[in-house]
Amino acid sequence: MFRVVFAELRKLRRPTLVLGTLGAALFFSALITSFLFLLIDDPNGNGDRGRQIGREVLVLSSGSVTGFSSVGGLLGLIALCVFAAQTAQEYTYGTLRNLLVRQSGRLRILGGKLIANTIFAILMVLFSAVVSIAISVALAPGAKVSTDLWFTSDGWSSIIHTVINVFIAVFGFGVFGMALGILLRSPISSISVGVLWILIIENLLGAVKESALRWLPGSQLNTIAEGGSQTISYTHAMQVGGAYVIVISVIAAVLFSRRDVAN
Amino acid sequence: MSNLAISVRDLSKKYGERMAVSHINFDVPLGTVCGFVGPNGSGKTTTMRMLLGLISHTGGNGQVLDASIDEPAKYLSQVGAMIEGPAFYPALTGAENLRVLATLGGFPQERVQTLLDQVGLGDRAKSKYKTYSLGMKQRLGIAAALLPNPKLLMLDEPTNGLDPEGIQEVRALLRSLADNGTTVFVSSHLLSELEIISDYLVMLRKGEVVFAGKIEELLLAQQHVIIAKGQNPGDLEKILTLATGMGHTASIRNNEVHIQANADWAATLNRAAFDAGITLAQLSPVVPNLEETFFEMTGDK
Repeated sequence: MFRVVFAELRKLRRPTLVLGTLGAALFFSALITSFLFLLIDDPNGNGDRGRQIGREVLVLSSGSVTGFSSVGGLLGLIALCVFAAQTAQEYTYGTLRNLLVRQSGRLRILGGKLIANTIFAILMVLFSAVVSIAISVALAPGAKVSTDLWFTSDGWSSIIHTVINVFIAVFGFGVFGMALGILLRSPISSISVGVLWILIIENLLGAVKESALRWLPGSQLNTIAEGGSQTISYTHAMQVGGAYVIVISVIAAVLFSRRDVAN
Repeated sequence: MSNLAISVRDLSKKYGERMAVSHINFDVPLGTVCGFVGPNGSGKTTTMRMLLGLISHTGGNGQVLDASIDEPAKYLSQVGAMIEGPAFYPALTGAENLRVLATLGGFPQERVQTLLDQVGLGDRAKSKYKTYSLGMKQRLGIAAALLPNPKLLMLDEPTNGLDPEGIQEVRALLRSLADNGTTVFVSSHLLSELEIISDYLVMLRKGEVVFAGKIEELLLAQQHVIIAKGQNPGDLEKILTLATGMGHTASIRNNEVHIQANADWAATLNRAAFDAGITLAQLSPVVPNLEETFFEMTGDK
C-alpha cells in the first residue's frame, strides 16, 4: 500500500498540478474572505447567497475562520476535480494496465490512490486556511472588527475544528470525484457531471423545494464545512453525508476491483 | 517447477454472445522467444490481458510461471509487459514515468537510468513523454517492461513505430534476453520479424489456435514449391503435364509452373524436361517463409 501511495505522490507533485491547485485555492480563499470584510456594511450582504455576516459574528473567537469555513465548499469542488482527474486519467491514458501489472491488488491501488490524493487535499486545505486567516487578520482592522478573541484558546479550538470540518467536507467531495472517475472513466465527463451536480442541479432542486437540500450530498458536505447551518444540523449532515460517501465508496470499489481493464 | 513459462488449457473469453478467445491451448517453454501471431481481432491482446490478470476469463484456465492466472499476484512481480502499445503520463518525463512504476513495483530507482540507456533514451530521460516520437514511446514501453528484470516478458507489437535500425535493436535485445534465460512472449503483425527471432510460435485466427509449436515444425508442415518456366511460352503446359505425370500437384500462375515438391526434386524435373526437349529458363526451389505459411493456414490474403 505504501508503495502505491509514494508512486501516486510522484504523479501529484508535478508543478503544474500543485501550482494550479494551490492557485485555485488561493483565489477562492482570498476572494471569499476579502468579501467578508470589505463588504461588511454592504446591504446586499457579505456572505454566500447574500447572507449578512456582521461584526458581532466576526469578533467572536471563531471570527478568524468564518471566511475559511465558507470556502470549504469551493475547496471541495477543487478536490472533486483533482480526485476525478487523477482517477479517470488512468483509463484514458491506458496507464491503469501498467499499474495493475506492477501491483495486482486492485483495492490496494485504489486505497493508495485515495490516501495520496487525501494527503494532497490536506495540504490544499492547510494552505487555504493559512491564506484565509492571514487575509482576515489583515483586513479586520479596516473593517473595524476586533481580533482580540481570535487567538485565545477558544479561538485556536475554533481554527482546529473548522480545519477538520473543511477537511472532512473536502475528503467527501474527493471521494465523489474518485467514484465518478471510476464510473465514467473520463476526466472531462467525471468533472463535468460532478460540478454540474454540485453547482447547478442541487441548487435548482433546493430552489424548487428547500427541504430537498437536507438530503442532497453536496449540501451535506457544504454544511459539514461550515460546522452546521440554520436549516441543517452538523450531526444530520455528518450522518447523511457519511452515508453517501460510504455507499459511493463501496460501489466504486466493487466496480474498480471487478471490471475488466480492456483499454 | 515445470519447464513452461506459460501453459494455457481451454482458455476462453466471451463478450456477450461473441467468443473473443475460444478454448485455446498452447505452451511456451522457459527461456525461449515465442511469437504470437494472428490477424487484427484474432484475440492476441485479449489472451495477453487474461494472462496478466487484467481481464477475467470465462472458461478454461492458464498457468504463468507455475501459478494460476486466477492469482496474478503470485507471478506478476516476475513479469514485464507492454500491452497494446506504450501508455504513460504525458506531463511526466520519461524518467519520472519509469520512477512511478519502479516505486510501485519496489524496484531500485537506479535501474531507471540504466534501462533508459539500454533502450537508447538516456539523453531524453528528462524530456516530457508527450514530446516523444512514436518510436521513443515504444522504447520507453520496453524499458518499463524490463523494470522488474523479468523472468517472462510479454510484449504486444513492440516494434510498432520503430525505424529499421530500431527494429534490429529490439530484435537483438529480445534475442539476448532469451539467451540469458528470459522467456519472451511477443506478438507482432510483422511475421518476418517473428520468423527471425522466435523459437516457438502460436498462431491465432478468430480466437482459435491454428498452430502452436516450434517454428521448424510449422515450416516442415508446409509443402515446398518448385517454380519452373520454359524458354518457350508453350512449354508451360508440357512442364505441367510432366510434373503431374510424376505424381506432383502443380498449377500455372503468372506464366510460371508452381509444383509442390521438395527442393531436391528440381534435379529430377530438370532431367525429365531435357529428355522431353524442353529448355528450362527458370527452375527455383522456394522455401515458404512464415508469412506465406501463415496466410496459407489462416486463409487470409
